[in-house]
Amino acid sequence: MTSAVVISELHKSFGPLEVLRGIDFTVETGQVVCVIGPSGSGKSTLLRCVNLLEEPTSGQVIVNGVEVTDPDVDIDAVRRRIGMVFQQFNLFPHLTALENVTIAQRRVLKRGRTRANQLAMQNLEKVGIAEKASAYPAQLSGGQQQRVAIARSLSMDPDLMLFDEPTSALDPELVGDVLAVMRSLAEDGMTMLVVTHEMSFAREVADHVVFMDGGVIVEQGLPDKVIGSPEHPRTQTFLRRVLDPTHAEVGEVPDVDEYVAHRAEGGAHLPSGWDAGSGHGVG
Amino acid sequence: MATTTTGPSGPAEATSGSGGTRRLSPRKRRRITLGIQYVIFVAVIVVVAVSINWGDIQEHFFDPGGAEEMLPEVFTIALKNTIIYALTGYAFGFVLGMILALMRLSSVAPYRWAALIYIEIFRGLPLLLVLLLIAFGLPVAFPGLEFPFGHYGQGAVGLGLVAAAYLAETLRAGIQAIPRGQMEAARSLGMSRPRAMISIVIPQAVRVVIPPLTNELIVLFKDSSLVSAIGVVAEEVEVTKLGSDVAIRTADSTPFIVAGAAYLLITVPLGILVRRLEARQAKGR
Repeated sequence: MTSAVVISELHKSFGPLEVLRGIDFTVETGQVVCVIGPSGSGKSTLLRCVNLLEEPTSGQVIVNGVEVTDPDVDIDAVRRRIGMVFQQFNLFPHLTALENVTIAQRRVLKRGRTRANQLAMQNLEKVGIAEKASAYPAQLSGGQQQRVAIARSLSMDPDLMLFDEPTSALDPELVGDVLAVMRSLAEDGMTMLVVTHEMSFAREVADHVVFMDGGVIVEQGLPDKVIGSPEHPRTQTFLRRVLDPTHAEVGEVPDVDEYVAHRAEGGAHLPSGWDAGSGHGVG
Repeated sequence: MATTTTGPSGPAEATSGSGGTRRLSPRKRRRITLGIQYVIFVAVIVVVAVSINWGDIQEHFFDPGGAEEMLPEVFTIALKNTIIYALTGYAFGFVLGMILALMRLSSVAPYRWAALIYIEIFRGLPLLLVLLLIAFGLPVAFPGLEFPFGHYGQGAVGLGLVAAAYLAETLRAGIQAIPRGQMEAARSLGMSRPRAMISIVIPQAVRVVIPPLTNELIVLFKDSSLVSAIGVVAEEVEVTKLGSDVAIRTADSTPFIVAGAAYLLITVPLGILVRRLEARQAKGR
């Protein structure tokens, strides 16, 4: 069986700024992979390279056996099979919830109105928001909008779902609804690549966790390992600060560039500030 | 404006050197200012009312005979033609303007340049000149060129060419006002760029710019009066031309008033309609 996503040697620069500096990893079909890391670490850019919303500078991305980085690929056909959920929902404000879910079915998949509506209602029901089908996005809460956005992606029958910080723009109280929908998707066997700050979700639902900083993967593996007992001081610092922000110390975040430069030189042990001795274990 | 008390108001302010002058509370000062504004307003009305020659006004501007002279042609022919010129011109201008707006945003540089040059030229030329060029210049340049529907076609093209320049900029602004995430969401659902433009971006962009789009339509209703300059015949006459013809024949200004009322009959309800439309959309957003 081919892997759902294979990323190799992925680089992405915005002008002089190198956001991704050589990313390699694989998502197997049916897996849920969570990408965690600080802002500006390149997580979102990585996700957006998978469906080519950002064009990689170099490297290869293969989704379900199709190389999306091939210049001659029919990117619209590839994207049809990849659902994407955005931090800002990006629902179409001029269309009702139902129309948001049907428009791509009808215009892209050329499904008839009845069939499209039927599938849309099924998916709206799945995300628990069928009763709001005729509401406009502006009349919905953030959590409701995000669930409509998930239903919109599901209606294209995707093989893979990308989530770009799906709960970061939500009221804390509404985060649970969206996470519950994502969890049930995962239980149904959907392949998911999730950029998130929800550590408990990553720990419980993910099959694999990737920690990124400074455009590189610092550490990856099973959630219990990466989140529960991280090896690298950078991961430890990040998790300690995310899980217990009240007790963070100012200026304790090490510079990942040192680590990258060190790794490039083939250094066996970590540079100063990176050596495991100065890292504090996660409590 | 009072020059004596410039410091911040309030009872604690008496420390500054403006002692001795009468102290008015801000509320009283505001009341006096308002009173002065009302006085000026009433005074202007009174002066105008007194200086107008009401007798002549009655006779030359609101003469029932002069008004009758224009019926029913002002509605059956003139207003109908004004509407035809304005709407056909607007339709042509809207389509061309949309094409130009998309060209302005194209990744093909020559398209951007061509659209910009077009917009600069047709925004700068007087409509009258454009109409004259179409009616009398083009047939010389392209012998045998025939506009469909004669003067109607020429009028629509002339009005449309100029309106397109304005509409293009308006529509471009509307398209650019739509957040990037909309295009990204549409593309990630597998829509092609043109499909996403048509189904997602343009419908939203047009809603954003409804007020300036309406303005342009109202402008066209008024500017259609210039079509008479290309030598329209009796059945092609529009409101202003009919008004001035009758005014000259009867040596009376009433036809101008009737013509003016005919324009307002269209533009005022249009304004109301659009305000309603906007209010409804504001709810949906």
